[in-house]
Amino acid sequence: MALRRAVEPATEASGGRPVLQVRGVAKRFSNGTLAVTGVDLDLRAGEFVSLLGPSGCGKSTLLRMIAGLGDPSAGRIEWPTTDHDSHGRPMRDVGFVFQEATLMPWATAEGNVMLPLTLKRVPPRQAATRADAALAAVGLGSFLHAYPRELSGGMKMRVSIARALVTEPKILLMDEPFAALDEITRQKLNDDLLSLWARQRFTVLFVTHSVFESVYLSQRILVMAARPGRVIADVATDAPFPRDASFRTSPEYAASCRGVSAKLLEAIAS
Amino acid sequence: MTAFVQETARDGTDAAALPAIVEEQRWLYLTIPTWQRILAPAVIGLVVLGLWEFVVWQTGVPYYILPGPWQIFRTLITDWGTLSGSLLITLQITGLALLAAVVLGIVLSVLFTQSKWLEMSLFPYAVILQVTPIVAIAPLIIIWVNDTLVSLLICAWIVAFFPILSNTILGLNSADHNLINLFQLYGANRWQTLRYLRLPAALPYFLGGLRISGGLALIGAVVAEFVAGSGGTASGLAFRILEAGYQLKIPRMFAALAMVSGAGIVIFLVLSLISHLLLRRWHESAIRREN
Repeated sequence: MALRRAVEPATEASGGRPVLQVRGVAKRFSNGTLAVTGVDLDLRAGEFVSLLGPSGCGKSTLLRMIAGLGDPSAGRIEWPTTDHDSHGRPMRDVGFVFQEATLMPWATAEGNVMLPLTLKRVPPRQAATRADAALAAVGLGSFLHAYPRELSGGMKMRVSIARALVTEPKILLMDEPFAALDEITRQKLNDDLLSLWARQRFTVLFVTHSVFESVYLSQRILVMAARPGRVIADVATDAPFPRDASFRTSPEYAASCRGVSAKLLEAIAS
Repeated sequence: MTAFVQETARDGTDAAALPAIVEEQRWLYLTIPTWQRILAPAVIGLVVLGLWEFVVWQTGVPYYILPGPWQIFRTLITDWGTLSGSLLITLQITGLALLAAVVLGIVLSVLFTQSKWLEMSLFPYAVILQVTPIVAIAPLIIIWVNDTLVSLLICAWIVAFFPILSNTILGLNSADHNLINLFQLYGANRWQTLRYLRLPAALPYFLGGLRISGGLALIGAVVAEFVAGSGGTASGLAFRILEAGYQLKIPRMFAALAMVSGAGIVIFLVLSLISHLLLRRWHESAIRREN
């Protein structure tokens, strides 16, 4: 395991081109609270990076700014490989998974996953085919016509992930997606997310407050401190992929968790 | 009717709460609880009617003060020709007023949620329209509008309009905040957000308003006709009640009254059925759970 300062982002973890560059981003809310300050962050194509921090450290705020839901008060968020529209705004190509599944209760699983395509005016038949494929990829191929109320919490979250991936986005942004699930469902979803990532090689920015989850999933962990929210460490977890249940019990995993926990304690103390 | 049981999902980790629909025991197409729900009030109704008939018979109250239920029923049969014609007119006014309330309610609530200025400027007047007693303004409307039918329609519409408007506005504004964010994220325009998010989210609220408005439209139609007191060809049930009162045909008055109540109950049941059919697949209100 290697520790680095946030200012020199890890590059060797993945050889991909940079897809997202965050430079000196700060966010002050209208009530005066400084939610995030001086955040630098680089994301390379195909990387799996976690944002780890205590509650209220601004990780969700940062993720929402990257998604384009709210502008930073200072600093820049750049998309080096993305086209810009006629107003010079980047045409963000992201998928977003919220903490809750956030599905439309009146639509079936298929209807929910079709939504991003419908909004982009993809013809319905084509949209349905792609939605069915995305649902099959998350293991819900036989639940296309189920309504959200007929699905369990974990299954709803799978639909939400399928919806985020159906547009084949450059970056998948996940805001504590499994925090509301029970531990067993959560581990299963972690495994399935990793195998999906291994197959499709999208880029992931994953917000969590669980040390274990972040170590298990990511190649890099950005540890954040609160008041004001800032990145205090950039930790690489070098264990090779694919990772499975045996990794959870390995000494390497335990050592990584210890190291990241120490950083997190530092973050809380600071 | 369906019930939900727990079943192991194919996804082994997600064994929780996957509802499956199982058949309940039925008798003549209806389940036992449904029969209970129908029979319990029916028995109460019959007992009350029986008591009423008994009291009338026992005390010998003259029919022009209190007729018994059996006499009212016979009047309903003998006067069916006149009364059913009036019922049709009352139902026509109620239906048209409700339709106008639905169309204008939806259009205005959509406009209000698209423009804060429009809502700020006009909503107070919708409230004024709602809180002004219809009995007080009905005479004015009847004087201003030459056509009786149209004036009755306007009165019924005024009463029926507000619940639909205010409920639909509430519904349009209660779409899930994260879903609104998601629509933003995918660059949805106003029309798309309205069509795919706000309107479906407003549906249960609109239907709640519709059920209230259905009854109110009938009340509005009856009240306005009482005020108008018009005779002639286009006479609804309210006029029949007035007329029978003047002529001391009290059994006929009760018969007409029973028809108004019956019409109100049928309107409520029909609107409840529509609401159930539209929401049964997804909305909490239409789902029966076992726990």
